[in-house]
Amino acid sequence: MSAARRCCLLRALAGFFVWRLRNTGIPQIPCRFVHLHRVANDRLITFQYFNFLKRMQLDQEKKVVYKISPVSPVHQSWSETSSRNELREVKSAAETEDSVIPVGGESREDRRWKEMKVQLDDLPGILARLSKIKLTALVVSTASAGFAMAPVPFELTCFLFTSLGTGLASCAANSINQFFEVPFDSNMNRTKNRPLVRGQISPLLAVCFAASCGIPGIALLTLGVNSLTGALGAFNIFLYTCCYTPLKRMSIANTWVGAVVGAIPPIMGWTAATGSLDAGALLLGGILYSWQFPHFNALSWGLREEYSRGGYCMMSVTHPGLCRRVALHHCFALIGLSTVAPVLDITTWTFPIISLPINLYISYLGFRFYRDADRSSSRKLFFCSLWHLPMLLLVMFTCKKSVLEKEDKGDLRGGSHEMALEIRLP
Amino acid sequence: PPAHSHSDWIGPPDKHSNLRPIIFYVPPEESALERRLREARQEAQASNQRFWARHNRAFRQEKEEFIYSRLKAKGLEMRDESGQKATLNAEEMAEFYKDFLTKNFKKHLQYNRDWYKRNFRITFLMGQVALVRALRWLRRRKKSVEQ
Repeated sequence: MSAARRCCLLRALAGFFVWRLRNTGIPQIPCRFVHLHRVANDRLITFQYFNFLKRMQLDQEKKVVYKISPVSPVHQSWSETSSRNELREVKSAAETEDSVIPVGGESREDRRWKEMKVQLDDLPGILARLSKIKLTALVVSTASAGFAMAPVPFELTCFLFTSLGTGLASCAANSINQFFEVPFDSNMNRTKNRPLVRGQISPLLAVCFAASCGIPGIALLTLGVNSLTGALGAFNIFLYTCCYTPLKRMSIANTWVGAVVGAIPPIMGWTAATGSLDAGALLLGGILYSWQFPHFNALSWGLREEYSRGGYCMMSVTHPGLCRRVALHHCFALIGLSTVAPVLDITTWTFPIISLPINLYISYLGFRFYRDADRSSSRKLFFCSLWHLPMLLLVMFTCKKSVLEKEDKGDLRGGSHEMALEIRLP
Repeated sequence: PPAHSHSDWIGPPDKHSNLRPIIFYVPPEESALERRLREARQEAQASNQRFWARHNRAFRQEKEEFIYSRLKAKGLEMRDESGQKATLNAEEMAEFYKDFLTKNFKKHLQYNRDWYKRNFRITFLMGQVALVRALRWLRRRKKSVEQ
């Protein structure tokens, strides 16, 4: 299939999907995200949870071009678990503010005494929860987005190594995070059912699991992909476990550190594909970095009581004005970054034009949040951020400047006629 | 937990601290290392329990006092005609949350340092105990193979 025809098909598909999104996406969103709204203390989970939606659309795209099949079964299991979670969360959402301290929602199962012995059949599920498998999957998909946006021909083995390495690194980081946060997790509604909190696994086992994921993961990235990606992966693990996690309880700077943590996976995907840290990688990372702030700040607005009691230093509690200002500024930054993309030759000029409506909309909601500072505006902004990023990445991908176009441009400039002919002939 | 059990048992979350208590199993031939581990875990559990129970109680109490004083300033009672508890809206409570967090900041810093130290120490001891047990098991297997 020639490149030109592939592009046309892609564009047609993209158009179709964007149309479908507009018509079917929005009404569906609230149910899934009621769950998410309850879900968040840990920003990374929520920030990356957006990709849940993104994957559902990108899946189809990628299947056409790259034939990635493992994605769909994961998608199925997510929709099952998410609907189960929805039920659970809707139940707990019915609790009033008063019942926060007896962290509610206990079942009879919960009230029993349990033996602290590792049950081998439960172990996969326990390890999945320990490594926050859903979040990990989202991190991997962000890295894949970075890989996909890189202006190089697609290599399947490199892609698989990158995804696997990133996934393992993410598992390791999440496990260590849970290892550090046991007493704090017990006191917060969302996190009180984690394996370490419930004693389903010992801290020693958690650390061993983290090591057995992290070391092979980083080794895979360094040896199987390139050393830059491996270094970024190791750095990200360090940033998340040793900087972000302790900082959460010490200073509001944790939000910025966490935003960097979220921005690194797409950069890793890009460096895995190209082997170098280009402006394009930084732009992609920048977009994710900026996105984090409206997303998290809006979310944390509704969790101020839990943060206050748990001792977490978050902007929404200590510097509410700053919280809203930062969210708004970064909404604007998203517009700016989208405009820079064609300048850096990553996308065509259609990208800032097509993405302008959604960027303006999120900026508008950011402004409303800034002005009103109430629960409803924060919820609106949060829900918007959940579909905004997937859409933005999707549009970016469809507006991606094709590799061949760039080569042609270069040839014309260089004046090498034969090379151009070579490319045209299949 | 049943008397014949050879493992630790973990219970439902405590009402005040939200932490789950653990009942530790004391094996008859407990080595000095294992005893140190158990005692470290017991001590950590007790300390955590004390901290969080007191902290949560203080939170609840101060929250009530705050609501009461604010309602009084507004001229309202704690319960309205229907007997429902009167509450303040989120923006008014935000002031309390901010105050509470800043007031307890130093306490949290101290607790964090303590908790991290304890956590590392316990995990390290667990590692040592596991290593010793593994070596003992290997030695036993070697002996049984030789026999």
